Amino acid sequence: MAVKDYIRERFFPHIWCSGCGHGMVLNGLLRAIEKIGLDKNEIVMVSGIGCSARISGYVDFHTLHTIHGRALTFATGIKMSRPELKLIVPMGDGDALAIGGNHFIHAARRNMDMTAIVINNRIYGMTGGQYSPLSGYGTMSTTSPYSNIDHDFDVVELSVAAGASFVGRTTTYHVKQMADILGQAIVHKGFSVVEIMSQCPTYFGRQNRLGTAIDMLEHFKENTTPVGSKAKQKNPDLVERGIFVQKKMPEYCDEYDKIIERAKKGN
Amino acid sequence: MKEPKLKEHVINRDWCKGCSICVYFCPNKVLELDDGDKAFAKRPEDCICCKLCEFRCPDLAIEVITYRESEVIL
Repeated sequence: MAVKDYIRERFFPHIWCSGCGHGMVLNGLLRAIEKIGLDKNEIVMVSGIGCSARISGYVDFHTLHTIHGRALTFATGIKMSRPELKLIVPMGDGDALAIGGNHFIHAARRNMDMTAIVINNRIYGMTGGQYSPLSGYGTMSTTSPYSNIDHDFDVVELSVAAGASFVGRTTTYHVKQMADILGQAIVHKGFSVVEIMSQCPTYFGRQNRLGTAIDMLEHFKENTTPVGSKAKQKNPDLVERGIFVQKKMPEYCDEYDKIIERAKKGN
Repeated sequence: MKEPKLKEHVINRDWCKGCSICVYFCPNKVLELDDGDKAFAKRPEDCICCKLCEFRCPDLAIEVITYRESEVIL
């Protein structure tokens, strides 16, 4: 199947701005799914609210466009009732870690088999460029015109601490790595988190004078390094990308089935 | 395995938003924007079929068709 077979062409061109990273994430995700060879009817995509959440409208899987921050809770419900389906939950940084922060850490702790994609463009784009929990100290936004004094989360460290059994990070510049990590995350049995550093040239880029989408992609190229590289030791400011955690842990739906079996036996 | 040979770049002008990510990151500078700010293959003979433009396009607007692929479809 070609990538085009996985999308709802009637909704294109999509609403995202020229040069937006969300389209690149969609592109990489479709290539990952094509490579694994999943059937469209095996996949459920659940999204919340925001620019990133619009992704579920463009893919021809089972899709659910839900409420802000609660994509993972809806996904949990679907997985409990239909554990044979593959759940993919793309979220923006604000959707995943501000409004849905509590759901995120507990979903990670529970280790239910699904893939959470945190598309991190460090801003609330759809509502006009307000700062998010991932904007970081010293950044400019509509709601921090004299610069932001909040510190940001590290999505990878947070996910590892919360107990996710697969944690990866990549950027929109590294498209082949993106498709590779997303593919491994989808195949992984357990809760997978993939942070994809993405560009919002319209708000984050403009307000922080980072230039065009191309300049922002160049920034990802220059300021990231493969996990465990020597470059990181020389320059601790580099952001590591790759797979940080990939471990086997009891999966929630499997464990729940065992509980049902035990309850049926009455002991 | 032979190197894939370019058949054509299929560019969907209705979907292209002219961000020029494909133009900038093409290793052989094959693509350019036309007067309407839409990507087109100016030097298709230089294309090495790496497909990075296709993979990076945020609008899913480019497809690099190679002969091997088109033969498989036929």
